[in-house]
Amino acid sequence: MGLTARPSDNLARTDTTPGSGESWVATRLDFLVNWGRAGSLWPMPFGTACCAIEFMATAASRFDLARFGMERMSFSPRQADVLICAGRVPFKLAPVLRRIWLQMPQPKWCISMGACASSGGMFDNYAVVQGIDTIIPVDVYVPGCPPRPEGLLYGILMLQEKVKRERMSDTSLRNEMDPDPKSGLYIPPQAIDELSEPFGNSVHQTRSGL
Amino acid sequence: MSAPFPVVIPGRAAPDAPAPATPKQLPNRGGPANPSADALRAKFQGGVVRVEVIWGETNVYVDRARLFDIVQWLHDDPSQRYDYLSDVTAVEYRDPEQPLEVVWHLRSLPYRRFLRLKVELPRDGKTLLEVPSVWSIYKGADWLERECYDMFGIRFVGHPDLRRILMWEQYHEGFPLRKDFPLRGRFSRAEQLRQALAANPEARYSMEELTVAQAFEDLPEAMRKRLKGGERTGE
Repeated sequence: MGLTARPSDNLARTDTTPGSGESWVATRLDFLVNWGRAGSLWPMPFGTACCAIEFMATAASRFDLARFGMERMSFSPRQADVLICAGRVPFKLAPVLRRIWLQMPQPKWCISMGACASSGGMFDNYAVVQGIDTIIPVDVYVPGCPPRPEGLLYGILMLQEKVKRERMSDTSLRNEMDPDPKSGLYIPPQAIDELSEPFGNSVHQTRSGL
Repeated sequence: MSAPFPVVIPGRAAPDAPAPATPKQLPNRGGPANPSADALRAKFQGGVVRVEVIWGETNVYVDRARLFDIVQWLHDDPSQRYDYLSDVTAVEYRDPEQPLEVVWHLRSLPYRRFLRLKVELPRDGKTLLEVPSVWSIYKGADWLERECYDMFGIRFVGHPDLRRILMWEQYHEGFPLRKDFPLRGRFSRAEQLRQALAANPEARYSMEELTVAQAFEDLPEAMRKRLKGGERTGE
């Protein structure tokens, strides 16, 4: 994936060419709904480590998350729109994170904040989940250890942009992913092993299938 | 007006204060031992295997069978009064010839003494990894021993509720801090994740709220007495 020009930044542009299946009303309604959603994302802070400190700094007055309509921290997942996972997630917390995600109503998004949440970071060991995308779907990854508040703000702006591009006619958007009943995983075990393959001189591990 | 206590200027020692003990001023081995070590030798001749003084701290290697009596005596005897158990842990060395050590850190607040007790468990495959629990002497040993069991697999005989504390209870990959445990665990990542997600967080723990009135019967006697008198707690 090289550097490509961003798509047109005219977010209000609507495709009303005949045959696209979208009427003028639907696209206008999309614009209105997305505008409302992007401007009032309520975050569910799932802070487990030092990234949560940076997240608190982002929410405090200097960086002021409230400017983007996120001043209302939703400590109950049932009233939340964005799950911000800030910090490493040990395996013991994996079922908790999964349950919190399932308790959030649609529409919902997820930001994985920091290296540990995104990939396990330096904790390439027996206790830490190697990236929360193996448990729940993630929309935006914010790199950094921990990311500065500007980094998180940039991730949030990217998420808002993503929200503004959503289309009502896109049937793949609001799919609740059902985990595989046998393994309880969303993505195939081989893919998880591939994702968490050790880099550098880490000890090579057995692949799935034991 | 004279100061009621000597004024300490930060970064500068008081004029007649002895120099603080730093590792550079202490010999690696040797030096004055904790007087409790000699008292232990006199009291439990065979129970004390050897005494070492390392960096000014006294390590007493004791016999596993006598450990409970020794700790009991250290706790109860008026000349010792080790009333605070600060840690229970274990050490496994990379050298397979060296035995696995279980370590108790005891502190005597009245006498300002610190004593480290160690029990050696030879790794010959025949010795059971079992030591007596000191839970009946120090209630604070409960979670310390559970953690030691969770990480090293050492069984504390006499512990009321010996189960895993850091890892979840269905975890059966082994004991993570042992030297034969691979850093990334025994199973593949997908299998670890599958097992972790299968664990039910509510299996053993009630998520219901508990009021003080409901938990009243489980509180210690002293606390019940205070609460009954209408006294505020924790102050």
